[in-house]
Amino acid sequence: MQLSALVEEGPAAFVVQREALAALPAVLRARGYLVVGPVVREGAVVLEELRSLEDLPRGWADDQAPGAYRLRRREDGALFGFAVGPQSPKCWFHPADALVFRARRSRAGTEIAPNVEAPPKLALFGARACDLAAIAVQDRVLREGPAVDSIYDSRRRDCFVVAVNCTEPARTCFCVSTGTGPCATAGFDLALTELIDEVGHRFIVTVGSPAGRRILAELHARPAGTSDVESAHAAHARAASEMKRAIDPVEARGLLARNAESPVWEEIADRCLACGNCTMVCPTCFCTTVDDVADLTGDHAERWRRWDSCFTFQFSHLNSGVVRAGTSAQYRHWLTHKLSGWNEQFGQSGCVGCGRCITWCPVGIDLTEELVRIREREDRPARPEIHA
Amino acid sequence: MARRPKLAVWKFTSCDGCQLSLLDLEDELLEVAGQVKIAHFPEATRRSLQGPYDLSLVEGSITTEAEKARILEVRGASRRLVTIGACATTGGIQALRNFADVSAFAEVVYARPETISTLADSTPISDHVPVDFELRGCPINKRQLLEVICAFLARRPPVVPTYSVCVECKRRGAVCVAVMGTPCLGPITQAGCGAICPAYTRGCYGCFGLDESPNVASLARHWRGSGVPADQVVRMLQTFNAGAAPLREESERHGRD
Ligand code: SF4
Ligand code: SF4
Repeated sequence: MQLSALVEEGPAAFVVQREALAALPAVLRARGYLVVGPVVREGAVVLEELRSLEDLPRGWADDQAPGAYRLRRREDGALFGFAVGPQSPKCWFHPADALVFRARRSRAGTEIAPNVEAPPKLALFGARACDLAAIAVQDRVLREGPAVDSIYDSRRRDCFVVAVNCTEPARTCFCVSTGTGPCATAGFDLALTELIDEVGHRFIVTVGSPAGRRILAELHARPAGTSDVESAHAAHARAASEMKRAIDPVEARGLLARNAESPVWEEIADRCLACGNCTMVCPTCFCTTVDDVADLTGDHAERWRRWDSCFTFQFSHLNSGVVRAGTSAQYRHWLTHKLSGWNEQFGQSGCVGCGRCITWCPVGIDLTEELVRIREREDRPARPEIHA
Repeated sequence: MARRPKLAVWKFTSCDGCQLSLLDLEDELLEVAGQVKIAHFPEATRRSLQGPYDLSLVEGSITTEAEKARILEVRGASRRLVTIGACATTGGIQALRNFADVSAFAEVVYARPETISTLADSTPISDHVPVDFELRGCPINKRQLLEVICAFLARRPPVVPTYSVCVECKRRGAVCVAVMGTPCLGPITQAGCGAICPAYTRGCYGCFGLDESPNVASLARHWRGSGVPADQVVRMLQTFNAGAAPLREESERHGRD
């Protein structure tokens, strides 16, 4: 339905055959982009430089469950037959380690040289709807607020996005319930839906920007007929109906705000390792710390900005000590901020339903289940007795 | 020029690997020697200067009566005392004796066991004297060692994070081996190595000891639930830092199964 809405609003849908799509990475590279997309490494789909379509995880599917991820072969030769892996666009826009400045001390004083290295101009190839929603969340926080994060902004500013609509969600996905997928509606230059059927292996392409239109003009594309658009539409609807998990973001907001004292937090802490993996893989988590390092003489120093996590003690260390020194307080803070406090702070939820925190938690803690538990255990106000 | 602080390196029961990290610094070694006076470091020089020492790096655990006495002397002669490595910090691999009868080991290993004079347990330095900072690892990471020396010279706290290996692992973009089915100690182990093993698709062996908030019971329960047999869980928990109380207690719990 989103696809047809886009078509009606102006940009038409096009068809690009599987073989013709092969030109796209080269077209983008010729325009100075570093093309980043899904590739298989160490048994998982990660985001790395894509030199050609051959680098894509062709013929791979993924099985995901709480605390478990495996790739599996598929017969149809699909290029995008898997869901999101452990990495997200955040790894490229909001790098894990970034040099902020170098400093040099001499007799003349201290000289500070900001890191002005120009980042690569990025083209994201194969970003999913939840990824785009997460980028929008990070944009809101890191470039649209009162303070612009220059590291993020410089990488994000000129990027090109080729989105891929999901046709086979993972068992851990719940983007339908968060309203962020499985079909990309905004935030892309081109969006592809992969179709493999008796008609052939092809991509239904919608255009999201003038830049997208210009790039598409360099591919062999023809306007899509109604049956192709309908097939794409049906694939999205199937993906949406197959989704196994859900949250109610509106309910979660109030539920978590009310339940700071829920006994469930301690029960989670009994399992949670406070390892921080959930925050590292979450495409919207943006927290960082700053490390200053100096050489032995103290004359040369560097400031590095690195990903941090609300599951570390240093994160809440103030001069009086660690504010959240226990796992239950850490987990509560993470989930409550993400699903509740984020709304007050940034006008939207911090969760885009990608399920990464579920799959990549080493002990498989599942926020969708924990929300149900918190609701079940909530002390409801006693119902007033009605006397006849 | 201000007086160069005196650095001493001491060895107790250990393999010398951690001290060698200092020599391993190669590029920075001359600079270190320029900033501090290396007053006692038998691995590097026969010359030994009298104390007191401004900074003592202590490697190794306490396993003999003589070491028990000597660590008191070292502490007495040192303004700052930093332990380096798993042995000095938790008793090391030799703390496996703490789970067994050390005389039985001596019988098997030595031709004349009666010549061996050793304590029943291998214990960390902090069991015997106050320690100013514990640098983890088996062996330690030379970058972290350099950071500790720099921090000492600048009189600032060292930047040595106490969070999990997972944070480093994700930052370097490695794929989580635990979620791919390999038992891994990373989620309860302190960062510092740069997540070397997971980056080579091996589970973390826990060389750097427990992190700031280790939930050993949950991780072990998860392994057992995914089919790892009890004896393997015990072996994973009883390695370089077996002497750390949470690892010891959890391994004993599974040892009874
Ligand atoms: S919820 Fe899972 S991934 Fe997150 S800190 Fe706890 S154990 Fe680690
Ligand atoms: S909280 Fe979990 S499901 Fe939601 S966006 Fe973050 S990683 Fe994805």
